[in-house]
Amino acid sequence: EVKKVKKKKVLLMGKSGSGKSSMRSIIFSNYLARDTRRLDEDGEGDMALRAAGSSLTEVAHDSGATIDIDLSHVKFLGNLTLNLWDCGGQEAFMENYLSQQRMHVFSNVGVLIYVFDVESRDVDRDMATYISVISALIQYSPTAKVFVLVHKMDLILSAQRESIFEDRVKLVRQKTAECVASAGVGLPTLPSGEVDITAFATSIWDQSLYKAWASIIHDLVPNLALIETNIGHLGRLIEAEEIQLFERTSFLVVSNWCSPVGALNPFEDRYERMSNILKSFKSSLAKYSGTPRNAEQFRDFEYKSGTRFSLFITKFTTNTYILVALPPGEARYNAARLNVKIAAKQFEYLDSPAGTKDGAAAK
Amino acid sequence: PPELHPGPPGKGKPRLLLMGQRRSGKSSISSVVFHKLPPNETLFLESTARIQKDSMASFMDFQVWDFPGQIDYFETPNFDMDAIFGEIGALIWVIDAQDDYLEAVARLNSTIINLQRNYPNINIEVFIHKVDGLSDDYKLDIQRDITIRIQDELSDQGFENAPVTFHPTSIYNHSIFEAFSKVIQKLIPRLGQLEAMLTSLCRTCRFEKAYLFDVLSKIYIATDSAPADMASYEICSDYIDVIIDVTEVYGSWSRPEGYREKLEEGQHQKLEDQVACNWAESSIVLADGNKPIMMREVDTYLALVAIMKEGSYDKMPLVNMNVDVVVKGLTEFFEITKPRS
Ligand SMILES: Nc1nc2c(ncn2[C@@H]2O[C@H](COP(=O)(O)OP(=O)(O)OP(=O)(O)O)[C@@H](O)[C@H]2O)c(=O)[nH]1
Ligand SMILES: Nc1nc2c(ncn2[C@@H]2O[C@H](COP(=O)(O)OP(=O)(O)O)[C@@H](O)[C@H]2O)c(=O)[nH]1
Ligand SMILES: [Mg+2]
Repeated sequence: EVKKVKKKKVLLMGKSGSGKSSMRSIIFSNYLARDTRRLDEDGEGDMALRAAGSSLTEVAHDSGATIDIDLSHVKFLGNLTLNLWDCGGQEAFMENYLSQQRMHVFSNVGVLIYVFDVESRDVDRDMATYISVISALIQYSPTAKVFVLVHKMDLILSAQRESIFEDRVKLVRQKTAECVASAGVGLPTLPSGEVDITAFATSIWDQSLYKAWASIIHDLVPNLALIETNIGHLGRLIEAEEIQLFERTSFLVVSNWCSPVGALNPFEDRYERMSNILKSFKSSLAKYSGTPRNAEQFRDFEYKSGTRFSLFITKFTTNTYILVALPPGEARYNAARLNVKIAAKQFEYLDSPAGTKDGAAAK
Repeated sequence: PPELHPGPPGKGKPRLLLMGQRRSGKSSISSVVFHKLPPNETLFLESTARIQKDSMASFMDFQVWDFPGQIDYFETPNFDMDAIFGEIGALIWVIDAQDDYLEAVARLNSTIINLQRNYPNINIEVFIHKVDGLSDDYKLDIQRDITIRIQDELSDQGFENAPVTFHPTSIYNHSIFEAFSKVIQKLIPRLGQLEAMLTSLCRTCRFEKAYLFDVLSKIYIATDSAPADMASYEICSDYIDVIIDVTEVYGSWSRPEGYREKLEEGQHQKLEDQVACNWAESSIVLADGNKPIMMREVDTYLALVAIMKEGSYDKMPLVNMNVDVVVKGLTEFFEITKPRS
């Protein structure tokens, strides 16, 4: 059944320097990690981030949009705002938003994404800051979902990554559980009784960042369960091997469906991979057409690979693009295009922003 | 006077020789262009100790020889010039533009004079390299300075028309591919005919620009007569990357047994007959709908990529028919010019 989407905040928090702005510019402004790297090598690491920030303001001007975008706000999925907050230990304004602004910052939060710099020297202090954030969250948004990102994993030797990640996550879970226990209420739990925290090891230098954020955004797409059921119907109807849904701004795969044959695809990282391929091409297109990086770059991509497969990517609903991979064949391809076009109309109301007439009209 | 363009390359595979000072970037260039090494990983390349010979399976089989920078072959006793320059297609001389280049220019000058005496048909392609990180003004200044130093010396020695060309390059952008494109194009016999085919395709289909790509190296081996610009080359080249990557994910694994038969039964047709074209074809419509880009595989090595004009996407069936005709022409062209082995 269709739910009306209530506008909730997404908080992205972590110590200053933990990598929040880098993530934001890569995920939502379509910066490539290599863009930031090149600037980095010239000893101008911050330039990339400043540029990312200014490009955001630019976007607001270019599109004549009235939405207020600054360094710490991004809008996506039509109505969700991502807020960035620095949680540096000694910083005065950290104190401030944990005290005077506590209610303002922590009420009505849908998702908290907390970033830990894996290289940080002062794990205890990081943990203490994290816990003070969690207790504020329990107080004002006890139903919020928490994601923990252990970031900059590329700086750790690959042999040690898994164990360091697991240790860190274990500590986070334990501290969170203690905090919940002492508060007596709050935060969603798993059937096992454990606090429901999803943790990812991430780095801006590989696809791990896309994987983590795809999972976060997946949880935020309104009516996704319903969309997914319908995508399955569509896939079977048009004999597709695979369908992927991309969130429009980030081009991350928020949902997918495979036929039994499609599920045999040995490229298990293909969702992150497709995001990577398309985000990087979008960045080329932006340069080519002189449009902002996170503007819409293309409407339609089609590819018929002889007798191997056919594939198309096209705008689908307000917030999504759809990728359809099919067995070869002209008739099958044309039928699929037509059916996807028809289906798009039926899907449209599912992810319309709350409060619009479409959203309200849905039963 | 020596001819500006050499005739078709000899019976063997044409050779591209990479020469220049140590650390000028020869091995990096060869690794990035022909082995897909990410540019930042060239930092870990070691100095080349002996000549590295690479054979490129491509639309035209050619060899790339990467020389160690520290050896001056013309000073080496018993040096067999013929073994190196006998079958050559082009000599690529790499100069590090971020370094002091006077010695490099002096060595290049003596090399050119040596070659002009013995092998006057060899193209000499000077890559003014590592121009990333240099300001546009400075880039121009350097290029002008190097050009003058070389031409002055050559005319002092009485070689007015030596086939020397200059290209600003960097492995961190498409310039290195563009430079190689121009180098390779000079080695294609009857290039004019290829260009004429593409020009006529652009006219009949109302294309803005068409490139014929060697897919693996992303060098373009011909384009229509409209002026080539870096931006259109870049986007076409990046488009090929998308096609290669998508093909890997969805086209490089075999479907289970019986799947194909099931697909054929459903439509009462062989798969080959179900598809409109046995080669890969693709197109992308940009957000403004203005200039769709299309791609069509020509054979195992070559692909045609074109930037279309407004409105041409609606005439796609007609466009495809014209493209088919040109592709057929291209295939015949390469059948004929293929050296018999
Ligand atoms: N900035 C910049 N650096 C480059 C470029 N091309 C190569 N380099 C760097 O130059 C250094 C030397 O490159 P090599 O390819 O080993 O040089 P080489 O000419 O093969 O050297 P020898 O084998 O000793 O003759 C490496 O650190 C490369 O990363 C470029 O286009 N721009
Ligand atoms: N090695 C590495 N460095 C990163 C990564 N993510 C961000 N950084 C670097 O960390 C520094 C601080 O990042 P920034 O995004 O400004 O952090 P913020 O203060 O949390 O917004 C920058 O120099 C980034 O280039 C990562 O995954 N790996
Ligand atoms: Mg070398």
